[in-house]
Amino acid sequence: MTAMVTTTAAQESPRRRGLRSRLGVSGAIAATIVAIASLVAVIGPWIAPHDPTIANLSQAWLAPSADHLLGQDVQGRDVLSRLLAGARSSMLGPLLVVVVCMVLGSSLAVISAWRRGFTDSAISSGLDILFAFPAILLAALSAVVFSPGLWAAVAALSVAYTPYVARVLRGAMLRERNQPYIAALEVQGSGATSICIRHLLPNVMPLMVAQATILFGYAVLDLAVISYLGLGVQPPNPDWGVMISENQSGILQHYPMPALAAGACIVAVVVAMNLLGERLLERSNASGR
Amino acid sequence: MLVASLLVASFLIFAAMYAAPGNPLAALSGGRSLSPEAQAALEQRYHLDQPFFKQYWYWLSGAVHGDLGISITLKQDVSSLIAQRAWITMSLVLYASILIVLIGVGLGIVAGLKSGWLDTSILVVSSFCAAIPAFVAAIVLALVFAVTLGWFPTMGTGEGFFGNLRALTLPAISLAISAIAIVARVTRAAIREEAGKEHVQTAVSRGIPRHFVITRHVLRNASIPITTVTGITIASLIAGSAVVEQAFGLNGLGQWLVRAAASKDLAVVQGISLLLVIAFVVVNVVVDILYAVLDPRVTLGQRAS
Amino acid sequence: MTATTIETQPQPAGAGSPLLEVDSLALQLPVDGEYRPILRGVSFTLAAGEALGLVGESGSGKSMTVRAIDRILPPRARLEGTIRFDGQTVADLSGAALKKYRGEVAMVFQDPRAHINPVRRVGDFMTEVLRTNLGVKPKAAAERAVEMLARVGIPDGARRLDQYPHELSGGLLQRVMIASALLTEPRLLLADEPTTALDVTTQAEIMAILDDLRRDFQLAVLFITHDLDLASAVCNRTAVMYAGEIVEVRQSSLLHTDPLHPYTSALGAARPDISESAHRLQAIAGRPLSALEAPPDACAFAARCQHHEDVCDSSHPDLVAIDGGLTRCVRADDLRGRLGVSHD
Repeated sequence: MTAMVTTTAAQESPRRRGLRSRLGVSGAIAATIVAIASLVAVIGPWIAPHDPTIANLSQAWLAPSADHLLGQDVQGRDVLSRLLAGARSSMLGPLLVVVVCMVLGSSLAVISAWRRGFTDSAISSGLDILFAFPAILLAALSAVVFSPGLWAAVAALSVAYTPYVARVLRGAMLRERNQPYIAALEVQGSGATSICIRHLLPNVMPLMVAQATILFGYAVLDLAVISYLGLGVQPPNPDWGVMISENQSGILQHYPMPALAAGACIVAVVVAMNLLGERLLERSNASGR
Repeated sequence: MLVASLLVASFLIFAAMYAAPGNPLAALSGGRSLSPEAQAALEQRYHLDQPFFKQYWYWLSGAVHGDLGISITLKQDVSSLIAQRAWITMSLVLYASILIVLIGVGLGIVAGLKSGWLDTSILVVSSFCAAIPAFVAAIVLALVFAVTLGWFPTMGTGEGFFGNLRALTLPAISLAISAIAIVARVTRAAIREEAGKEHVQTAVSRGIPRHFVITRHVLRNASIPITTVTGITIASLIAGSAVVEQAFGLNGLGQWLVRAAASKDLAVVQGISLLLVIAFVVVNVVVDILYAVLDPRVTLGQRAS
Repeated sequence: MTATTIETQPQPAGAGSPLLEVDSLALQLPVDGEYRPILRGVSFTLAAGEALGLVGESGSGKSMTVRAIDRILPPRARLEGTIRFDGQTVADLSGAALKKYRGEVAMVFQDPRAHINPVRRVGDFMTEVLRTNLGVKPKAAAERAVEMLARVGIPDGARRLDQYPHELSGGLLQRVMIASALLTEPRLLLADEPTTALDVTTQAEIMAILDDLRRDFQLAVLFITHDLDLASAVCNRTAVMYAGEIVEVRQSSLLHTDPLHPYTSALGAARPDISESAHRLQAIAGRPLSALEAPPDACAFAARCQHHEDVCDSSHPDLVAIDGGLTRCVRADDLRGRLGVSHD
């Protein structure tokens, strides 16, 4: 994995200066949102003005004030603090999902594309069966096996997304595999592993980066959904999905702020990630030709 | 092939439950200590004394005959409990599907055929709506149309057909909203692409009237990708209904699955999981058949993905 | 860019006033939001029953010329000049008159596989105009389609009507396209590289069919190709296009042995000839210019021309009559008799 990350950095660095200008205004806004969310994911718990978990029922549903900028939630906790602290599981969980999926998916894709024939069709039909398991169903199964929590949710989403990643990358790698230069390398006696690592993977790297970005957006959303359903992060731990389910009752009592604030965070990150991913995808398509 | 994938899927579901930690006997007895005889009787009744594959076989043959075991939390037959709740999920998905086809495909056709402000506004609104997750849509819709305006109930399924329809409206919209937007965009793109094809140019060049060019050539051919995407989108709603069922307090299969998973009601999780997978596979088969019917170049079972 | 009306060249007997008159056609298309010239003052006439070849390299504007005539230009195209068919201005046609025009002017496209709807049956494609625009009953329309298929060399037409395009070979599909084009009894056939997408033996068959049918049906044909010899073989006259304008019009039989324009001569020399030794074969130096790149006040071919002199860069040549043909070359008189293929 480390090797993969360094390759990306090495490949991207010469273009970095032009990146901002090429992303356009919406892309720049999206990149800023993602940067802020990532920063908060790391330092959030430390900059939270109040303890995100200590309840004070006498202050439930209090409107925003100078001390509590976004008001207080169902148990009187500071909404802003919970949002900041909740960024950690809401962002790092998806990161873990993406890392696992990219490693598993690209490995399966490389094997499929390289071996072709029987191996390829065996892997493809195995993945086809996994496609029949939607993320929420896998989350339920995972919650039973591992008991509900962030890890169970991450495991479920990793299984749910890997077939998708593998299928997309397999297609790209197969196209690359069938290029004449690969055959030329084989004739010259280069080993399969070396061709895969030095040519196949680097050549689909832009696509992988784009897919990882889009996947991250979906993972943020699905992880929030799983936590909302009670199968992911468990209350009272702060998490954006948990915050929505805890504070849903506020809507009936005209206190929508805590739930809406968490919802807005999720939507902002998901939309920003999607937009960035689409831009990267356009670029990887353009560079592929 | 179909049967094989369902078999593997059922095996995966069963194996996952088998791997779940905790002694199923403890759950069955509700934590009471059992005499060795009672324990043996329970083990025999639920085949717990049998090896893994035999247990799987018992479960599978039961499932084929409609026997999915007993819910340990509700102390009732899982199959009949599913039968009581399935209609909610089914009506919800059906309602959402109708919205997707009517509104999503409809708006997509309008946007695809017309240029100008109408196309632009459909495009802008749909790219915004495509990003709204079901539970956020549920919160906002409930806040505006149920709590503030009072047009729809916030919870439950209502009474009678029209009561049901009214109660399921907000959940169905929440479930469908991003799918509507996605289908609208795909429809628009498919129509635009088809309208630019050479064979459409031929039809224009031969003097075929515009409305026939659109119906016989543009829409007819665009219907192939539109049907595929709409079908796959609808298949993904089946599991997604758990979210809106939870948000609107509907006693459907999705919400029950989630609760059963949290309370380790294994028979229920197994039963509903199997049903969801079957439903997903069936919808996909229907899409494949439609695809083969619509596109003469394709024979059944070779959808390009 | 002066519009020069072309004198009528040797024509088949019985031809009166021209069926098709193209006058000073100038076309601009938006590319990346900017309008780029595609055609620059294209003029020619075509008499009833006559076959005119339109020859040029890709990008010379020959395809856009027929698309303009067929009124299937891309949206937002800017077209100036006039096209008259049977005395009527084509741009003014609408409603029933346009429908009638589209019936009388049929088009055979380069790639039949792309130009025939892949999900409808061959029969649907062939009879669609008859059924929809001419009110022919489905059964009668199918019978006429089968008859026409027989004329283009497809004996089992009834079976073909039930098939889908992907079940037919490219050559067969092009015959279907030709047969369908003839079903409406057109007076003008626009053939846009009808054989380019086919293999060589099929090419010859299709050309033979087109040539036969043209004579049988008294069709006027505008035949687009990049192949000078092919044009000479089937057309009475041939117009050569370069960078969006016509550079030579000549009786086809003289085109190869006695061309008027250096470009035509170079095109002829670039063709392999089995009867001669291969070493004589030469490519035209440089690459074809698009109408956009062409200098406004010089000869567009000057940069690639073997007979280039300073005078070629100072003014844009007009299309002038010489020896019964037309050429757009300032040195035409100097070069007279020196451009034949034997000259090297």
